[in-house]
Amino acid sequence: MPSTLDLESDRLPQTILEVEDLKSYFYTEAGVVKAVDGVSFTVNKGEPLGLVGESGSGKTVTALSVLRIVPHPGRVVSGKITFHDEDLLAKTEKEMRRVRGKQIGYVSQDPNSSLDPLFTVESQLTEVVMAHEKLSNEVASERVLKLLQLVKIPEPEARLKAYPHELSGGMRQRIAIARALAAEPDLLIADEPTTNLDVTIQAQVLELLKDLERELEMALILITHDMGIVAEMAQKVVVLYAGRVAEVSHVKEIFSAPKHPYTAALLQAVPRIDKKRELVPIPGSIPNLITPPSGCRYHPRCGYMIDKCVSIEPTLERVGEGREVSCHRWRELSLGESS
Amino acid sequence: MAEEVLKLNNIVKYFPVFERGIITRKKVGDVHAVDGISLGIQKGETLGLVGESGCGKTTAGKVILDLIPKDSGEVLFEGKEVHTTLTNGSKEEARYLRRNMQMVFQNPYGSLDPRMTVFDIIAEAFTVHKHVPETEWTDRVYSLLRLVGLEEYHAERYPHEFSGGQRQRISIARSLATDPKFIIADEPVSSLDVSVRAQILALLQTLQKNESISFLYISHDLSSVRQISQHVAVMYLGKIMEYAPADIIFARPLNPYTIALLSAVPVPDPERKTARLILPGDVPSPINPPSGCRFNPRCPYATQLCKDSEPSLREIEPGHLVACHYAENFLKK
Repeated sequence: MPSTLDLESDRLPQTILEVEDLKSYFYTEAGVVKAVDGVSFTVNKGEPLGLVGESGSGKTVTALSVLRIVPHPGRVVSGKITFHDEDLLAKTEKEMRRVRGKQIGYVSQDPNSSLDPLFTVESQLTEVVMAHEKLSNEVASERVLKLLQLVKIPEPEARLKAYPHELSGGMRQRIAIARALAAEPDLLIADEPTTNLDVTIQAQVLELLKDLERELEMALILITHDMGIVAEMAQKVVVLYAGRVAEVSHVKEIFSAPKHPYTAALLQAVPRIDKKRELVPIPGSIPNLITPPSGCRYHPRCGYMIDKCVSIEPTLERVGEGREVSCHRWRELSLGESS
Repeated sequence: MAEEVLKLNNIVKYFPVFERGIITRKKVGDVHAVDGISLGIQKGETLGLVGESGCGKTTAGKVILDLIPKDSGEVLFEGKEVHTTLTNGSKEEARYLRRNMQMVFQNPYGSLDPRMTVFDIIAEAFTVHKHVPETEWTDRVYSLLRLVGLEEYHAERYPHEFSGGQRQRISIARSLATDPKFIIADEPVSSLDVSVRAQILALLQTLQKNESISFLYISHDLSSVRQISQHVAVMYLGKIMEYAPADIIFARPLNPYTIALLSAVPVPDPERKTARLILPGDVPSPINPPSGCRFNPRCPYATQLCKDSEPSLREIEPGHLVACHYAENFLKK
């Protein structure tokens, strides 16, 4: 396996996960919320994927759908999720339990709720290690200690007996990552892993994730709303808007030459630490997904809207090497960042 | 020299920490939330107060408005001490202060009364301060709504009918209803979505330009601070670490903490791969802050001097104040 740092080397990307036309709806009393409505993308090994979108864009539900743990009243309605050449949606619940944790690890946004406050770090990690492999207690506790070292917890022996509340937020997120890695998964899904952390701690955790992705040679899906984190961590980017894919691209091109008006607008709307410039806000707010806008879901907020956008929904078109866009007007628009 | 609207002289606020017994309560220490900060805000300018969680920035904001009493120090609004005026001053004087110092809170879901219409929320200020005759209330509410980018028909609705961004606009309209000279905005965009954040920041920028209101913009988000502040103060464990005009502090930070803080922010530019200064460890507990410079346990440049003596906030270059023994060294680099 060539180094993941070496972008230019010719290597065949090894597709590990393929999501095709995934639809996950929530059947609420107010109506059917189409949280994920036809999302397709692939994840390759050694090519960290950034799943970007605002709240309500369907990024978390997409991740939960892959693990088949969409909470009630939601469920996966249709689509195909291929992981290691196996269809995850066709698996029985029992088979699925062997995939979760063992093959696909998940780190949630909030380590406070993903760790059990009543159990020590050691028992929570041992539980996961033992769940997937029959090990003696000695081997298991050795493995747990190694995990803590892997996620660079200082004084790991001393932390084993700690309860989650005795640890800081950054430390807790490291434990959550350690737990997700306990069974050495091939794919790690990190859902906004640093949103609740301070910037200096966020930098530590991002650095850790980067190292782990390289060292363990695992595929990574990083869910975030922060374009800065995307630029730093991802090689491939999928931009979601209102439950649909707006754009798929290599990370460099999405910043230098976005093809979807939403991506371009998002880039113009975030203040930047490295330069002061005129902010161009996106008018309006995220649409209601019970009755999403007709045609292109972004049309009510789009500055380039034409009649066609209101009536006809654009499909995700392949527009170049590793680039896909869902916009009627991508050919005529040049949306590079002006400032 | 421009006129200073607000001046803080050596503000201190500690919160006592008790050990809970069944009957007895024993004081075991103090949280040094704000530990001797001095700052000034000029008329019409925005001061960005940045720091990580627990550094005391929100406490500082609350102390300024006298929402919580301070332990010592002075908060001067147009030369008058705020706490003294509110407690001992005449009713008119107290009302004048309250009218002119307003606040926008972080969470627009918690800060608007769910049982009041938008009209009532905004017009409540008129009933208290009586600065607008009753016949003009409707006009004023409508013009405030338009100013913050809402429509007149929104006045009859309740907060739950609005999105987070719209609610924050209502909060801003409410704070503007008293024609204040000074507004504290405490993380006003943190709970909002990325695309909506820019709308609120743009609104605050318009208000800066057109209404000549001074702002204290409290935030942990350095990018938004850069966007809207003229001056920036960086806080760490209750102390000001660095204070300078925004352009200078972002171009040339001189305190190692500021340097680390700025380098920790991910830049939305994949081509830019700058060396990052990653700080070890967490922010220490403010109950027993480290001796000497509070940043010394995490600082890569710390020496024995930093452990022994606390650096004062010194002017290193005109208008650029830094609390670091070795600030000059970073200037040369």
